[in-house]
Amino acid sequence: MAKSRFNLGKGKLIGLAVLVVVVVLAVLAVDDWHQLWKISSAPDNVPIVAMLFLVPIFTWMGVRQSLANDRLIKELEQDPKLAKTHHRKAEPWRPGWARELHVWPYLVRIEFLVAVIVTVLLFVWSILLNAPLEEPANPNLTMNPSKAPWYFLGLQEMLVYFDPWIAGVVMPSIIMVGLMVFPYVDSNPLGNGYYTLRQRRFAVGMFGIGFLQWILLIVIGTFIRGPGWIWFWPGQTWDHNAVVFDKNVDLHDMIAVSWIGKTLHLGFLQTGVGKFVFGLLVVGGFYVVGALFFHWLMTVDFKRISLRPLRLFPRDPFEQKLLQRTSILQYMTFQFFAISVLLAMPVKLILRLGLTIKYVWVTPWFNV
Amino acid sequence: MEPERPDQPEPKETKQLTSGEKSGSSLVGKVRESGMALKDRAIEEVKTYKDPQDTQLWKSIFRVSHDRSDPRNRSLAILSNVFLHLHPAKINRDAVRYPFTWGMGGITFYLFIVLTFTGVLLMFYYHPTKAEAFKDILYLEHDVPFGKLLRNMHRWAAHLMVITTWLHMFRVVLTGSYKRPREFNWGVGVVLLVLTLLLSFTGYLLPDDQLGFWAVTVGTNMARATPMFGSEGPFGVQLGMTQFNDVRFGLLGGSIVDSNALLRSYIWHCIGIPLVASIFMAVHFWRIRKDGGISGPAPVMLESEMKAVKKK
Repeated sequence: MAKSRFNLGKGKLIGLAVLVVVVVLAVLAVDDWHQLWKISSAPDNVPIVAMLFLVPIFTWMGVRQSLANDRLIKELEQDPKLAKTHHRKAEPWRPGWARELHVWPYLVRIEFLVAVIVTVLLFVWSILLNAPLEEPANPNLTMNPSKAPWYFLGLQEMLVYFDPWIAGVVMPSIIMVGLMVFPYVDSNPLGNGYYTLRQRRFAVGMFGIGFLQWILLIVIGTFIRGPGWIWFWPGQTWDHNAVVFDKNVDLHDMIAVSWIGKTLHLGFLQTGVGKFVFGLLVVGGFYVVGALFFHWLMTVDFKRISLRPLRLFPRDPFEQKLLQRTSILQYMTFQFFAISVLLAMPVKLILRLGLTIKYVWVTPWFNV
Repeated sequence: MEPERPDQPEPKETKQLTSGEKSGSSLVGKVRESGMALKDRAIEEVKTYKDPQDTQLWKSIFRVSHDRSDPRNRSLAILSNVFLHLHPAKINRDAVRYPFTWGMGGITFYLFIVLTFTGVLLMFYYHPTKAEAFKDILYLEHDVPFGKLLRNMHRWAAHLMVITTWLHMFRVVLTGSYKRPREFNWGVGVVLLVLTLLLSFTGYLLPDDQLGFWAVTVGTNMARATPMFGSEGPFGVQLGMTQFNDVRFGLLGGSIVDSNALLRSYIWHCIGIPLVASIFMAVHFWRIRKDGGISGPAPVMLESEMKAVKKK
């Protein structure tokens, strides 16, 4: 009867075993510990190493509270009578307890304590680690790799996948404006002021994916990019003489010279007008497919997806209700930002790194 | 200084007593009598100074008595203090739980204060010129008492501020705190995020070492590619952009990262951006209060309680 708290199910056990194997393999794969240590212990990289721990910790903290609230929401939805009398919080509450506290001293003392802790932390950090100082600036001696500060490494890494005008100017602007419009396109009135995943699956998911992408790009830029911005796996020695041949080709060229292109006589794709129209169609098609993908993601009921009987588009009634509250302007705005950043970024990464495709749309003025 | 006042007449008193003994008239009695009265008064007065909170000096500074049992005083302690009046007098009892807010917004503001403080101190030792900037850092690291600690603290506080800003944003999303009526304040927050990154980035060049020089070179090279306003961006050439009149030239004050770039980034870093950021911060904090304080932890709402969208 007494089940141990640590009694793992079969699935969890397999998961744990896979995790252990992956960790062991990762450790074995590290060839040059010194190189890895040099990167991770560089004083200016300490913040991103810290982020690797802080993001999971705070995500866990948020998810834990979300799940507690979600259980409560489920309970109250099943019991409308309880919902009328319940205090509606996962935090403990008893009748007679005041709903509000005096800021003096109950909040001010916490703020004071936090200020003291942060100050002590800064002192310890500053005593243990010195701010980096390289040789005097020398325009004739290029640093290799020459890296931006860690919080901009995401943008610098984007330079690999997009031309500078997109990676350096358009993308940051779209990300900024996209963040600003976020509250205006989220038409869901629920989940205002409390943690929940159940009621805000899509909004939280979209932001989470964006945040994760940003952190991942920084991690790639910090730990993986070596001299010449060449891909070195963590633990691989940075070879300053390494040369990578640029075998990337444009999509229209790739198709035109391929077996399909030759049999279908698609040589016209390589003419100026041909590649312009082709690229326009590809980018346009990407937006259409992207919009369908996000629409599916927005409304699908994941639990009811099945292969037998084939059911790929079951709709979630709650998400459907939210969609009805969304204005056309809100919907279109969201789709534009989601496709242009959240989808374009990983798709271009896969195209460039996986399929060695350089540009999909080549014009005399700009390339995408 | 008020508390010293009663002591002053006393030396005068003893002097008069000695002269009174010489003459031995009724004047002596009078003087002695008034002297004794003055002494009693002084003793009485000194007793009242034993409680500093009862003095005129104290009351002129702190308007509210420090009586913890009185809820009114607790509210007034916040409302009548210029530094604390940012707070409401009372808050949601669950809002003080650390796991809800993570305290990241507050820590970010505290780090801004730390950075202002250490930054001002650093400014005493720094000249934004090509000839002196790097030497000043060496001087700071090797000769100025606690100079190294000062520079380290400024650097790490800046990095930490970027982290706390991101985590603050993450929490605001997870709790849905950007929702009505706080949508606008979220936008102000996004501007503050960008300003934080720019503050950090402009500071990067100031030591004038290889690290900062190349980071800024890489960063500003991207500005070349700005559509229409950059010499290498789409439609830039068609609009007459060269490397001597494009947006990068404006940022650097020249076509290369040199003395003008150093001066510009110094002024942006120490004056320009902090000023703008302060204004946005004022709006950000003001709006938190005006939008009803921090958002939660709010009672959960149910799907069945969703109100229909208002139609105009």
